[in-house]
Amino acid sequence: MDTNRRNFLKVAGLSTLAGLSGTAVVDRLVTGSGIAQASSGESQGAAGAGPGKPSAVRYGMVIDIKKFYQDPGLGEKAVHACHQKHNVPKFPDKRDEIKWIWMTKFENAFPENPNLYQDEESATKRLPIMCNHCDNPPCVRVCPTKATFRYEDGIVGMDYHRCIGCRFCMAACPYGSRSFNWRDPRPFIEHINPDYPSRTRGVVEKCNFCVELVQAGKMPACVEAVADCKALVFGNLNDPNSEIRKILKEQRTIQRNPSLGTLPSVFYIV
Amino acid sequence: MFEKALKGNNYYWMWLAFLGFFIVVAAVCYLRQYFYGLGLTGMTRDVSWGVYIAQFTFLVGVAAGGVMLVLPYYIHNFKVFGRITILGEFLAISALLMCMMFIMADLGQPLRGLNVLLYPTPHSMLFWDMCVLWGYLLLNALCGWVILTAERKQVHPPKWIYFFVYLSIPFAISIHTVTAMLYCGLPGRHFWLSAIVAPRFLASAFAAGPALIVVMALILKRVANFDAGKQAIDKIVTIVSYAAIINMFFVGLEFFVGFYSDIPGHKHTLQYLFFGLEHHGHVYNNLVPFMWGFVVLFVVGIALITCPKTRKGSDLWLGIGCASIFLAFWLDKGIGFVLGGFVPTPAEEIVEYYPTLNEIFITIGVWAAGFFILTILYKIAIGVEHEVEA
Repeated sequence: MDTNRRNFLKVAGLSTLAGLSGTAVVDRLVTGSGIAQASSGESQGAAGAGPGKPSAVRYGMVIDIKKFYQDPGLGEKAVHACHQKHNVPKFPDKRDEIKWIWMTKFENAFPENPNLYQDEESATKRLPIMCNHCDNPPCVRVCPTKATFRYEDGIVGMDYHRCIGCRFCMAACPYGSRSFNWRDPRPFIEHINPDYPSRTRGVVEKCNFCVELVQAGKMPACVEAVADCKALVFGNLNDPNSEIRKILKEQRTIQRNPSLGTLPSVFYIV
Repeated sequence: MFEKALKGNNYYWMWLAFLGFFIVVAAVCYLRQYFYGLGLTGMTRDVSWGVYIAQFTFLVGVAAGGVMLVLPYYIHNFKVFGRITILGEFLAISALLMCMMFIMADLGQPLRGLNVLLYPTPHSMLFWDMCVLWGYLLLNALCGWVILTAERKQVHPPKWIYFFVYLSIPFAISIHTVTAMLYCGLPGRHFWLSAIVAPRFLASAFAAGPALIVVMALILKRVANFDAGKQAIDKIVTIVSYAAIINMFFVGLEFFVGFYSDIPGHKHTLQYLFFGLEHHGHVYNNLVPFMWGFVVLFVVGIALITCPKTRKGSDLWLGIGCASIFLAFWLDKGIGFVLGGFVPTPAEEIVEYYPTLNEIFITIGVWAAGFFILTILYKIAIGVEHEVEA
């Protein structure tokens, strides 16, 4: 009897301890995600409040699918400009492939909108896809080293020097936007751009919305490349008077996989 | 106590040399991979985790399985497990070391591994996985060593160690739960996005881990004159049977949700794994044989370990039964679960993964290293047992 009681007390004490530390863990976790949510809530609030917080910035992009359908060379231009600018290598073997922005079919870009009787254009032509710079990015949530992170202006960036190459972000990204350096990329860069670092093997990379240009007051390379026909429009989603917000007000746009709650910053005019 | 590992018969040394050969091969292959990059593996941007992470996931389960001996012995005072609890603890140590080796083999920048500690990130499940895996490894090493030392001196283990023994029980559950959370919290990976992943992982772990311990105990009985005891083996086999059946029940539930709801996202990966998935006129099915191997081995194994004639009649059939269960769940978790999750890709394309020879040799080498460590640990444990008996 006595030993039973002793054992019971032991177990009870231990489980209380475990329970206590458990709640601490949960608290920590909740605050962790709380920070992420607070920041996104802030920017959303700013979007709602509009002029109340004119300094709050959240960059976004509108892609006019029709224009890419009409001119198949347009996508090529945008992709080339991006990959040139960022020293994205071109490998002979598709298994090593790295891409920041690329052309794909409607059904691949929008698997949530399947249609048995697709219009001919959507079935055959291609549109550009890239990182969505989500307001609630799963890749940032899972990264164990904060090597991928969200700038205050909403751009999801990468620290190539901190990345350990665990590829958790690649599994987490519901858009397949991320690529990994399976081998040394440098010999496969066609023209080296000295203004942007090349990467080393073993790290993840993806579209960075040309953060280095944007923060210097310029436009992203892909937007610049197709500026003539305004097929890509980049701007501040939190500024109600910005060009991008005007377009979003006038046109019906869709986002990729909206049901996942990632809140993409890239919009498509169908 | 390490000196016990330095004395052994010819078979012992031959076995270690045999394992050592594969370790050396793997070391060379790893150096190749280290200097070239992970491009030497079959992984691609679409299937970005391969056999390394799949083995890691399975071995976390093997490590957690040891708790099925620790819990009855220490909580329920189930004395029969007295002799083999140490086998469970030492199995956990070697399985965890294999886990860590697989993680290191999988990192693109292994030298930056410490960044996980330098920039701790509580919202990443990988950070918590590291915490619980290291915690469980240290707990097992501590408990195993202290208790074995006490046994050698033929005294009761110190009281304080029981705190760590009890602590190791929730840790065992946590390592596999957190490992499941690596997968089941990812949006857009429908096959993984299922609340039953963690319970399923635990069920298969509580079958595969103890099944391996039974196989080990039966081998040790023949080669090392170490008898775990009939009753102990029998009880573990009961645990294995229930856990294995529960795991299959959970697999069945996944099938029901996928196929009855008929939602493509919930169904596609199961179709791909078990029947092959048709996409633009091509059927992709490279994992189908493994998954049916899993089902067949489970049926064979469960028949052998539940039918009284084979279960109690002969060690050989019992061993084959347990080995079948172990292999079955290895196919399920150590191949199907992780690789299948990447099909189809988020952009509804299908890319199949084939490991390369270099990758396979590294994988074999890590397993060999794990068994090398396990052999040495078991040699020490049994050496102590024999010394006490003498």
